[in-house]
Amino acid sequence: MKKILTIPMQKEVLSGLRAGDALLLSGDLYTARDAAHKRLFDLLRKGRKIPIDLRSVILYYTGPTPTPPGRPIGSAGPTTAGRMDSYTPFLLERGLRAMIGKGPRSNEVKDAIKKYGAVYMAAIGGLGAYLGRCVTSCKVVAFRELGPEAIYRLGVKDFPVVVINDGTGGDFYEATLKRWSRAGRIRR
Amino acid sequence: MRKIHATTIRNAVRELCIRANAELPRATTAALREAFSKERSRLGKETLSLLLENAREGAHERVPLCQDTGYAVFFVELGQEVRITGGSLKAALTSGVRQGYRQGFLRASIVGDPLLRKNTRTNTPCMIHYDIVRGDKLKILFLPKGGGGENASALKMLRPADGIAGAKQFVIETVRRAAAGACPPIVVGVGIGGTFDSCPLIAKKALLRPLGRRSKHALYARLERELLKEINNTGIGPSGFGGSVTALAVHVEYQACHIASLPVAVNIQCNAHRFRSITL
Ligand code: SF4
Repeated sequence: MKKILTIPMQKEVLSGLRAGDALLLSGDLYTARDAAHKRLFDLLRKGRKIPIDLRSVILYYTGPTPTPPGRPIGSAGPTTAGRMDSYTPFLLERGLRAMIGKGPRSNEVKDAIKKYGAVYMAAIGGLGAYLGRCVTSCKVVAFRELGPEAIYRLGVKDFPVVVINDGTGGDFYEATLKRWSRAGRIRR
Repeated sequence: MRKIHATTIRNAVRELCIRANAELPRATTAALREAFSKERSRLGKETLSLLLENAREGAHERVPLCQDTGYAVFFVELGQEVRITGGSLKAALTSGVRQGYRQGFLRASIVGDPLLRKNTRTNTPCMIHYDIVRGDKLKILFLPKGGGGENASALKMLRPADGIAGAKQFVIETVRRAAAGACPPIVVGVGIGGTFDSCPLIAKKALLRPLGRRSKHALYARLERELLKEINNTGIGPSGFGGSVTALAVHVEYQACHIASLPVAVNIQCNAHRFRSITL
C-alpha cells in the first residue's frame, strides 16, 4: 500500500523510488511554477546564486488560491508539469532531484530524470481543497513580488503523490496505459 | 416590463462565484461515487475516494475545490420582458465576479493580453454568452472553467465524408492527448455541426446538460454511449493512474451545418465539474 516518507529523503530512499509507488509525504515542499522557474533559470544562467538549494528541495508546481483567514493556505493542487519542461533539464543538471506536478513530461525531461537519477511525482489534479488541508505551514522564501507564483516553503503532512518517472527510466503513465487499455489487453 | 436592478444581479453573481467554486454539484458527486463503485484499479479507487473527500472539504470549509478557480464563463438567458435598471447587465456581471473572487479568496487567473500576459488581478473580464428568451425572468449560469480542461480541448473541420467514424476518431484522439493533464475522470462535451464559431459553443453547452442524460436523438444517444465506452477503454483512468473510469459522461450536441462542412468540437471538463445557476 502507501509508503510513508519524510522529507528530506535520504539519497538511497529517493533513488529507490519506482514508477507506480504511492507515497504519503511529510516535511517541506517548495512551490515553483512558470514565473519562478523563469527566474531560477535566468539567475543560474547568469552565474548568480539562487535562493534555494536545488539538491535538497522537492519542487511542487502549484499556484494556490489566496489564503483565507484561519488556514495556512487556500486550495493548493498541482498544475500541469509540461509547462516547466523547457527549464527542467537545466535544473536537473544543476542538482534538482525531485518534482511534483500533474501530467506527462517531455522526452528530454524523462531522459534527464534518468540520467541524474531524479524522480517526478504526480499529485491528484482537482484535489486542491484536500491538499490545502495537508499543508500545515506556508512561508514565502523568494520572489515575494510574484504573488501566488512566488516560491513558498510548505510544511506538509501525509501529502499523497504517485511516482510517475523514476531514475531507472520507469514511466508510470505509459505502463498504466499498457496495463489498462482494452486494446492493449487484446494484443497481449 | 419587469425591472431588475443591477445591484441585485451583482450581489447574486458574487455569491454564485463563491459557492460554485466550493460546492461540487450533487450530480457530479453522485457520478464520482458511481465511478468509485465501478472502478477496478486500486489506485483509481483511492483517487476517487480522495476526490469525494475533497468535495466534502470544499463544501464544509467553503474552500475552492481546485486552486484553478477558472475563467468566469456565463450563460445568460434574458427574458425579453425584463428591463435592467441602475447600470448595464455586463457591468453587473463583471463587478459581481470582481467582488466574488476577492471576497471568496478565489484565484485571479486572467491575463488582460494573451501575449503581454499581465494578470488583471480581478479575474475579469468574464466570458458572457447571451440568449434572449420569452418571459420576464433572468437566468444566470456561472461556469468557472479551468485551464487544464480548456487546453486539452480542440476543434476540427472534418470533411462530410469523414462521417460518424471520423468524428469519433477525433474525439478519442483528443481525449488521449488530454490524458492526465485534464484531471480525469473527465466530462466530454462534443459539438457536431454549426459553423466555425458555434461548434465549440455547443460543445461547451453540452457540458451543462444534467450529467449522463442521453441525447434525445437516437443517433446521437448511440454515439454518446459508444464514445463513453471507447474513452473508458483507453485505460487512462482517474488522474491518469490507470483504470476503467476515464470519463464520467459524454454529451453530444448537434446543429445544422453547411453542405461542405462537418465541424467537430470537443470541450473537455475536468473532475471538478462545477457550475451553478440562479434565476432572478
Ligand atoms: S483541469 Fe480542472 S481540476 Fe484540473 S487543475 Fe484545472 S480546474 Fe483544477
